[in-house]
Amino acid sequence: MTDASAQLPNPAKPTDSSVDAASQLMAGLLFGLVFGFLLQKGGVGKYNVLIGQLLLQDFTVAKVMLTAIVVGMTGVLTLHHFGKVNLHLKPTRIGANAIGGLVFGAGFALLGYCPGTAAAALGQGSWDAIFGMSGLVAGSWIYAELSGWSRRTVETWGDFGKVMLPDLLHLPRSVFAIGLAGAIIILILVLERFTIR
Amino acid sequence: MMRFARLSGLVVLTVSVAIAAEPGVNALDYDGPAWSPYVVGAEIGVLSWMTFYFSGKPIGASSFYAHIAGFIGKIIVPRHMEALPYFVKKPPRVSWEYVFMVATIAGGAIAALSGGEFTNEWLPSMWSERFGEGIAVRALIGFAGGLLMAYGARLAGGCTSGHGISGTMQLNPGAWITVICLFIGGVAVAFPLYTL
Repeated sequence: MTDASAQLPNPAKPTDSSVDAASQLMAGLLFGLVFGFLLQKGGVGKYNVLIGQLLLQDFTVAKVMLTAIVVGMTGVLTLHHFGKVNLHLKPTRIGANAIGGLVFGAGFALLGYCPGTAAAALGQGSWDAIFGMSGLVAGSWIYAELSGWSRRTVETWGDFGKVMLPDLLHLPRSVFAIGLAGAIIILILVLERFTIR
Repeated sequence: MMRFARLSGLVVLTVSVAIAAEPGVNALDYDGPAWSPYVVGAEIGVLSWMTFYFSGKPIGASSFYAHIAGFIGKIIVPRHMEALPYFVKKPPRVSWEYVFMVATIAGGAIAALSGGEFTNEWLPSMWSERFGEGIAVRALIGFAGGLLMAYGARLAGGCTSGHGISGTMQLNPGAWITVICLFIGGVAVAFPLYTL
């Protein structure tokens, strides 16, 4: 595994400590507009679509995410292979990933929007997203208050650092990625065959 | 024989009453997506290429809320906030991620207004069919949901976007663990909420 951050100049490098460079912020603005637009058009700003996924009635969320993963992976890993982009891996910490994921899921079911889709839902005029977004701010604060504790405990359980699945399995990245893409495409075909929406 | 017929009749009756007794809230009775999920998914994938290439950033949502918490905290209790380990490592900033999410709200508005899908409602109809018209209940449960999500996302290192899409596509094992656990946790809570 190569630490990608050393290979290319990082365009995200801030020139000021509290504000990113203007060009970087403009790009973020443009990409965010597209992201919110796509989330709403994809129906994932809708409460019933999101809860429908957790009730295993509506598989729109899975279809959007799986397609995004296949397409995104193909481009990003190819760009990275040719040295055009850095990867931005977050550390794998099995305990924190699993417990955090479960807690997140419980909250997701209560609110019916996730952090990104809540923003799209608010833009869509689903004002109840505001309650969840306030909770998200409060929860972030609570995490920060407890961050010293979790760093000494939960976040040390099964800490593998920044790794990739093919490296753990000793497979070439391309082979692993092609295999995974194939598996996801089969899963999408199965979903398309057996789900109503 | 007669007895068996009567017994099986009773079983059929009990089962059908049990099914009928389930609240008939079905997510498919409400509006679905305007566009094909595959078209939208593919475009989010392509958007990822662009955020990696032009901004050196993966798509992510949850850190936006941590920035806001940091901004508020810096006003109310600045010295306390700056000493918290999380904010020492990631000080709240007007960053790419922050602007990205503000723009996500606007993008959702443009899509909804242009597609005639602007809802202007405080309660989703699927929610009110199940839990009634009380906004306070929705506010309380929604706030609690957001709170749990943010704690979980910070602990796991990302949310449905940062791990679920950006992390998985980079073949990060932690992202796959997070997204699988996220759906397990979500299903485990959504089912009792809507079927008990």
